[in-house]
Amino acid sequence: MSGPLSASEAGMGFRIGLFADRRFKYLVIAPAVFILLFIGLFPLIYSLVVSFQNINMMEEDTSFSGLMQYRLLFQDLRLWQSLGHTLLITAIALPIELLIGLLMALLFLEHMPGRPVFVSLLVLPTMIAPIVAGATWRLLFDNRYGPINQVLGWFAGEPMTVLWVIKANLVYPAILLAEIWQWTPFMFLILLAALSNVDKNLTEAAEIDGASDWRIFWRIVMPAIWPVMAIALLIRGLDLFRLFDVVWALTKGGPGTMTETISIYTYIQGFRQFETSYTAAIAFLVIVMLSVAVIFALRRMEITR
Amino acid sequence: MSGASATGAARGGAGEDARRRRRRRGRRRLAARYVAAILITVVFLFPIYWLFMISFKTPEEIFHSPPVWYPARIQFDNYAVLFRDGDVVTVWNSLFVATISTVLAMVLGTLCAYSLARFKTGGDNLAVWIISQRMIPPIAIVFPVFLLYVWLGWVDTYHGLILLYTAFNLPYVIWMMRGYIEDIPVELEESALVDGCTRWQVMARVVFPMVRSGLFATAVFTFVFAWNDFIFALIMTRSEITTYPVQVTHYFGAQSNFWAKIAAMSALGTLPIFIAVAFLQRYLVRGISLGAVKG
Repeated sequence: MSGPLSASEAGMGFRIGLFADRRFKYLVIAPAVFILLFIGLFPLIYSLVVSFQNINMMEEDTSFSGLMQYRLLFQDLRLWQSLGHTLLITAIALPIELLIGLLMALLFLEHMPGRPVFVSLLVLPTMIAPIVAGATWRLLFDNRYGPINQVLGWFAGEPMTVLWVIKANLVYPAILLAEIWQWTPFMFLILLAALSNVDKNLTEAAEIDGASDWRIFWRIVMPAIWPVMAIALLIRGLDLFRLFDVVWALTKGGPGTMTETISIYTYIQGFRQFETSYTAAIAFLVIVMLSVAVIFALRRMEITR
Repeated sequence: MSGASATGAARGGAGEDARRRRRRRGRRRLAARYVAAILITVVFLFPIYWLFMISFKTPEEIFHSPPVWYPARIQFDNYAVLFRDGDVVTVWNSLFVATISTVLAMVLGTLCAYSLARFKTGGDNLAVWIISQRMIPPIAIVFPVFLLYVWLGWVDTYHGLILLYTAFNLPYVIWMMRGYIEDIPVELEESALVDGCTRWQVMARVVFPMVRSGLFATAVFTFVFAWNDFIFALIMTRSEITTYPVQVTHYFGAQSNFWAKIAAMSALGTLPIFIAVAFLQRYLVRGISLGAVKG
């Protein structure tokens, strides 16, 4: 993957290097890296320090308390449940977004007059603020004044009062619906671009050879769009892992703690319960877990070149 | 397909018939695709439509069961209330914070990206570390930063939030601008250097004009990220610099929800997004895919 590419890059770097002003290259990089270290590396170290202390609302105990917070982490059922909720939403939303996005992309793939208009209208849900999306769906889901129950009532033939966002068995469908609505266009847009880049000669040749559409899709189109699809899945997967806004607007993690995601749980521990040291331990755990996963995934993918 | 129709034409009369049939089938197919496209678009835009409609409704229309799908008369009272009560200052806060942080992130990020793209400073490791910073859940980063800000007295201050947004957006700017800079041929810069330009002059006269549209697209995205952010603002603002997404959630009361205010404030916050999308067009895909697709 990086063999021939890096060789030519090295050549280019050498040529540029002839003119390079060593000071210049570090001078221009310094401010950005300094800020990133300040916001990126500092929290990691600071979380680590605070997590070895015992600070909460009651006491400001800054003495070293060892791995106490980390032992608590493993016993904290609510933490692992919130992780489970996050993974559950990810596991359901991600494939659905991918599938619907792909179908939409296939629909819009062939040229049709007015396509740019459709595409820019369809991208709107992805671009609006997630908290606004959540608020909007909360209004839509309202059991008396929302249109969703009204439409359901038309099909049922009688007025419906489905308690979305309140009833335990309906909160997840509600959250998933809002989430899928907002991010399917993201998948659609990326996959449409990927599909447009597939070599037409290959698919046409296969067609002439009598290959079925299904076979063409799996043998030619899929391998061609896979690298892009993988990146789209990675971006969305990581977004879903930090899911906060939509759930916050719809349920605030309720009813009870039923829909708490890992981000919401961390927020509640830190800013409602004021378990400072414990939250720092969670933050540290999350940063380490994700950094490893992200760097591993990025290194394996085309995105890093 | 064109080959098949050409042989059809060569065969004359009988082919003419087949071609007409095929063209009719093609038209029917196109019509079916239009119907599907319109249906999908309606479904996806309906929530946004509903939000804007609520913002134009009177309280009686909002709290009418079954709901009415459009107001009898478009009126702007719900917006007027926001202006009268001064809530609209939160939109101003969002605008101010997002604009300043975008400018800062663009300037610092582009400089850094130039160094990464042209000198391979830090190699791939530095680049991957930078983009990975973007992917860590904000809550995990913001909590320790919050503790620091409390100590510095920066909570609920403009510069505190601006610095946070700048840092949050830097990885994105660096990553995208690195791609745009790598797209321009290095020979141009070399010949400018040979002609005796300094590095700064090369940046101003060669690099900047070449990446201008990419720069602009990245800036719009950066602005949108800061504009749309909720979690940083929720944690870092109290009352002085509340941004509009936080203000929207303030209307969700325990007892009653101020639907009119929720809708009007959300609509105000969504208008710039429409403008952003209209501007972005060609750069949308590249922008949201972190440069993976150069659409």
